Amino acid sequence: SCGDKQEWKDKGHAASLCLVPVSLCPPTSLSWCRGSAWTQLQGLKSSSLLLFSGPEIHFILLFSRQGKLRLQKWYTTLPEKEKKKITREIVQIILARNQKTSSFVDWKDLKLVYKRYASLYFCCAIEDQDNELLTLEVVHRYVELLDRYFGNVCELDIIFNFEKAYFILDEFIMGGEVQETSKKSAVKAMEDSDMLQETVEEYMNKPAF
Amino acid sequence: MALKMVKGSIDRMFDKNLQDLVRGIRNHKEDEAKYISQCIDEIKQELKQDNIAVKANAVCKLTYLQMLGYDISWAAFNIIEVMSASKFTFKRIGYLAASQCFHEGTDVIMLTTNQIRKDLSSPNQYDTGVALTGLSCFVTPDLARDLANDIMTLMSHTKPYIRKKAVLIMYKVFLKYPESLRPAFPRLKEKLEDPDPGVQSAAVNVICELARRNPKNYLSLAPLFFKLMTSSTNNWVLIKIIKLFGALTPLEPRLGKKLIEPLTNLIHSTSAMSLLYECVNTVIAVLISLSSGMPNHSASIQLCVQKLRILIEDSDQNLKYLGLLAMSKILKTHPKSVQSHKDLILQCLDDKDESIRLRALDLLYGMVSKKNLMEIVKKLMIHVDKAEGTTYRDELLTKIIDICSQSNYQYITNFEWYISILVELTRLEGTRHGHLIAAQMLDVAIRVKAIRKFAVSQMAMLLDNAHLIASNTQRNGICEVLYAAAWICGEFSEHLEEANQTLEAMLRPKVTTLPGHIQAVYVQNMVKLYASILQQKEQSGEKEAAQEITQLMIERLPQFVQSADLEVQERASCILQLIKYIQKLQIKEVPVAEEVIALFAGELNPVAPKAQKKVPVPEGLDLDAWINEPPSDSESEDEKPKTIFHDEEQRHSRHKQPEIDEEELARRREARKQEQANNPFYIKSSPSPQKRYQDTPGVEHIPVVQIDLSVPLKVPGMPMSDQYVKLEEERRHKQKLEKDKKKKKQKKEKRGKHHRHNSLHTESEEDIAPAHHVDIITEEMPENALPSDEDDKDSNDPYKALDIDLDKPLADSEKLPVQRHRNAEDLKSPDSEAPLAEKKSKKPKKKEKKHKEKERDKGKKKEKEKKVVEEEEEKKGEDLDFWLSTAPPPASTSQLQSEPEVSAAVVAEPEGVKKEEREEQEEEEDEAKKSSKHKKKKHKKEKEEKSKDKKKSKKKHHHSEEETTESVQNGTLDDEPLPPMSSYHLLAENPYIKMTYDIQGNLQNDSQVTVSVIFENKSTSFLKSMELNVLDSLNTKMIRPEGSSVHDGIPVPFQLPPGISNEAQFVFTLQSIVMAQKLKGTLSFIVKNDEGSTHEKLDFKLHFSCASYLITTPCYSDAFAKLLESGDLHMSSIKVDGISISFQHLLAKICFHHHFSVVERVDSCASMYSRSIQGHHVCLLVKKGENSVSVDGKCSDSTLLSNLLDEMKETLSKC
Repeated sequence: SCGDKQEWKDKGHAASLCLVPVSLCPPTSLSWCRGSAWTQLQGLKSSSLLLFSGPEIHFILLFSRQGKLRLQKWYTTLPEKEKKKITREIVQIILARNQKTSSFVDWKDLKLVYKRYASLYFCCAIEDQDNELLTLEVVHRYVELLDRYFGNVCELDIIFNFEKAYFILDEFIMGGEVQETSKKSAVKAMEDSDMLQETVEEYMNKPAF
Repeated sequence: MALKMVKGSIDRMFDKNLQDLVRGIRNHKEDEAKYISQCIDEIKQELKQDNIAVKANAVCKLTYLQMLGYDISWAAFNIIEVMSASKFTFKRIGYLAASQCFHEGTDVIMLTTNQIRKDLSSPNQYDTGVALTGLSCFVTPDLARDLANDIMTLMSHTKPYIRKKAVLIMYKVFLKYPESLRPAFPRLKEKLEDPDPGVQSAAVNVICELARRNPKNYLSLAPLFFKLMTSSTNNWVLIKIIKLFGALTPLEPRLGKKLIEPLTNLIHSTSAMSLLYECVNTVIAVLISLSSGMPNHSASIQLCVQKLRILIEDSDQNLKYLGLLAMSKILKTHPKSVQSHKDLILQCLDDKDESIRLRALDLLYGMVSKKNLMEIVKKLMIHVDKAEGTTYRDELLTKIIDICSQSNYQYITNFEWYISILVELTRLEGTRHGHLIAAQMLDVAIRVKAIRKFAVSQMAMLLDNAHLIASNTQRNGICEVLYAAAWICGEFSEHLEEANQTLEAMLRPKVTTLPGHIQAVYVQNMVKLYASILQQKEQSGEKEAAQEITQLMIERLPQFVQSADLEVQERASCILQLIKYIQKLQIKEVPVAEEVIALFAGELNPVAPKAQKKVPVPEGLDLDAWINEPPSDSESEDEKPKTIFHDEEQRHSRHKQPEIDEEELARRREARKQEQANNPFYIKSSPSPQKRYQDTPGVEHIPVVQIDLSVPLKVPGMPMSDQYVKLEEERRHKQKLEKDKKKKKQKKEKRGKHHRHNSLHTESEEDIAPAHHVDIITEEMPENALPSDEDDKDSNDPYKALDIDLDKPLADSEKLPVQRHRNAEDLKSPDSEAPLAEKKSKKPKKKEKKHKEKERDKGKKKEKEKKVVEEEEEKKGEDLDFWLSTAPPPASTSQLQSEPEVSAAVVAEPEGVKKEEREEQEEEEDEAKKSSKHKKKKHKKEKEEKSKDKKKSKKKHHHSEEETTESVQNGTLDDEPLPPMSSYHLLAENPYIKMTYDIQGNLQNDSQVTVSVIFENKSTSFLKSMELNVLDSLNTKMIRPEGSSVHDGIPVPFQLPPGISNEAQFVFTLQSIVMAQKLKGTLSFIVKNDEGSTHEKLDFKLHFSCASYLITTPCYSDAFAKLLESGDLHMSSIKVDGISISFQHLLAKICFHHHFSVVERVDSCASMYSRSIQGHHVCLLVKKGENSVSVDGKCSDSTLLSNLLDEMKETLSKC
């Protein structure tokens, strides 16, 4: 996948796609986080003592600025048609929002909490009584996990290794509840299970004759 | 063979992998769909190959395509194949695909049961993990039932990684298979104290989620969670627990008091915004549930408001938004504390973020008072002028109207000002809310009599300047206000000064460009105007002027007769003819004005919005019956006249009341007065006698509120609402001075009583008298209005099924299904209520007993330990009360605190705890049985598994279809869900309170029963000082505290905030139990709300059925047989026809409602047993025929038996 990245970089796409966690991100670099997303991150960082986990999340959507869905995880069962409809609706709502607005949208009887990292929007739907700030931290933690795993994660990583992105999410959130409050053990679980996989993949990649 | 392998790997080399697919899609931007359909064809080929690696690769690609929106349900079976791969890499992909696209409707999902079970027990923790994760996404009720036991075992796995996942997935299992909750709960509770923090937090997560949906069942865990809360440093766990407490406090106000302190500590100390926000929210919720007068906690509220202010002042839009959101919650109960931050909130109106501005607007709604209304509205008006974009401006407009009109214009002191505001709003361009403004104008003009003169003058001006407004003729545009203007000028034309001029304005040709419905109102109201002008001219003897005005009408009306709008045309032509006729009469010099006026005689009264709904349907009238045969469908309904303003409609449809005699009238009047007295929105009349309009029939009962007032103001020229603000200030100042003078006088006169009087007037807004002689005519209700209809509760709530009492001991029947052959005769308990269905076993009884004895010996030690544990646990439950009451009682609630121990007869424990004591003995027995049974089952299971394996290995070549049928058997046979049943019956109900009750026999005492009554506050008021009294009979008496007489009621040991329910128990003694009893009783209580308190009563009849004297008692079939043989039982039988429900349901009903247990069941025949509290044995033989049921009963008392059977007959005939 490294080669892929290179390939796209050459075409001049990658520069704006980098997802860099806040801690590594110099505040002057506008290409990573624009507008209020940046200030949100700052605010959270300075105030978060949290070892967190979380609220009942109904679903998580990742989509690009162009409205292309990059990842979807549903923790409530819905018919496929309904999911598509909801996705379309939500992508529209969020893309239409001004960047200076808050990250919360009341939607039907749920609340949408979203945050933009570079060109990707991360959006969670939570229930009315749930804590919006906590959900923002969940999103942020997921981005951090992705970054740890991929190393300077960018949108292309998620596109080309979308199954990995799902596996990471599955280690972090299960059934809509945060299952791993520690970053370390989530990453370790990922790496361990990848180890299992590596051996198999090596076998796969070897020519059979 | 080797060749094949080579071929396989070459194939693989040519296959696209996921990356290739993604790249390909990106390179085919123009013909993406075509490219993808090509890929899908390739994938289909790949799936046909035997190589699992190829299949996995194909499934992985499919999963990607699924995200792009392509249907991949056709590949469900292949996904299962990949799931069952032995290699983790493939398995993982298979589970991922399944979790993305499987749902309850996927039919192959039942094939996965065995595979998942295998993965769950895999030695590799990641296999197990991946299975659990996948399952959490697609678990179905069948899977939940079949795997619940396996997952429960995993909750005690050695690896925390698995434990954590198993605990989390239990929540999904509970949702799909609620029966698993009770058996699994003890272990779940254990996990709250797991050494691994991840597992612990998972357990907190699950229990908090559960408790949030059905808080009352988890009250008994409060002390444990409290401990966790005060000891935990994990902010996440804290947030969850705090949220949980938020859900518990409405049920147990004492808990709230205990929480305030630690929560405020956290608020002070934490730097994590999310935790702070959660704490603030919960403190608010707690204080709301404690709402009635808690002076001690004003500090907490102050703290919250302060912290929220910091959030709102933050530059982060998110914090600002949430701060405002939380502030609006405080506002509901503590408006004063929020009002002091008005500056900040008004500032937010300038925020660049629209969502924040909208939140701030929401807050303003609750912040207005008589004092600041004008000022706030003035600010909003400035914003209206500044606002860019019509949506936000429209929002502002509606908010201004909402704010002013809320609770019957409560905060408006000067209606002239309000009319001016409305008129100013008409100058808004492009608004969609013209109809709103119009509706307000109409409402105010109709209901505030004193303002009519002013309103009419303003409306006349609007009509005169109609050309400014009429430019925007879109629907709901601002031209709608002309509708109101025309109507008001017509209806109240007596107040018009320049009626001629207004009439002329209405007759202008430009009017014909207005929308049809407005023109129609114009036409109708110009006649009203005309009528009043005519009368005026006739009275003053100006005949010529009268004829002139008639001529004018005749000249101008034809332009409306030509209107394309049917309504306008019809009215105009009708009226034109009428006026021509008048002209004829005028020429003959006949006075006509009186008769023309008579066309519009009658006063208009506002009707309450719900009035129509509340008109009782007269007896014998079927509203659904056809009056005529229904017309054929072909008739179109398009031409229905559009009515936009229902006021107009009501006016026409006002029906004639049948004549009523004087007495009836007086009675109704009295009833209405009573109703108004109870209505908090009704402005009560001043002590001065009401003015009566006796001369107009039917008007004397219109309640008119009179408020004394100073001189009416008059502002010349166009209204400028600002002028009013200034004038109002001056007026108030003057008023205050006068009042001060008066006070001084008072002081001199009576010094003694003065302070009491004064306390009512604490520098409050009540001091501000309205500027006008304002009569607000309250809305009328029809005679005999029905009591308000109840809101239907949502019966589809998936969480309702999890409303399960967790503190009760487990019944045998409640064990989780273990993998074994399903026995068609197995009965499931209909509810946790009745431990029915001693499992029918065909083995000789002796063997069983022997086995049991053995087990008992073995388990003796264990049992002892268990006992200790149980006792401890029991203590814990009882401790809740103790734990809660140890909090230092705040002064204001001492009453509540001291009350509970008043009588031994009244026990108001939280739900879960109360039954424990009673069933203590049973529990011990049950436990013992359980442990033995469990072991047996395990043994059996092992055996079965072995044999199954054997069978399988034989059958292997049969492949998957065989498997399908097998799992169907596993899953669906004999698994009809039982309908939900409740043992609580309605006792009585009125608009304030609803009582439901259940009667339970008392095992310890043969002459006592306990009546549990749930009181539910249905109103928005606070209910207190509830007292329940029952008229004792000779046979049945309520146990009252010592020293009180038989006529005394028993106080209910709690108060009820709005919307809350709670349970209290009352003990009754009985002598004979062979007959059912009915006792009359009364609940008296005090309703307290903002308007004051009233005393209310509710009568009820407490029905002690014979079944309520029975106690579900299990009986073994040998004992049962002996009992029947003994021969000293009386016999009786009944037969009920027309039974349609299944036999299983029928038995469940008998067990549940009549407290029987099944002894033995063979096909459609069952023997049942129960015992009365006085030791009568009752044996039943229930047989089901085609669609009938016969019940033969034997009992040691014949009267009891026949009564019981009669009751049973009634239950069954309802089936």
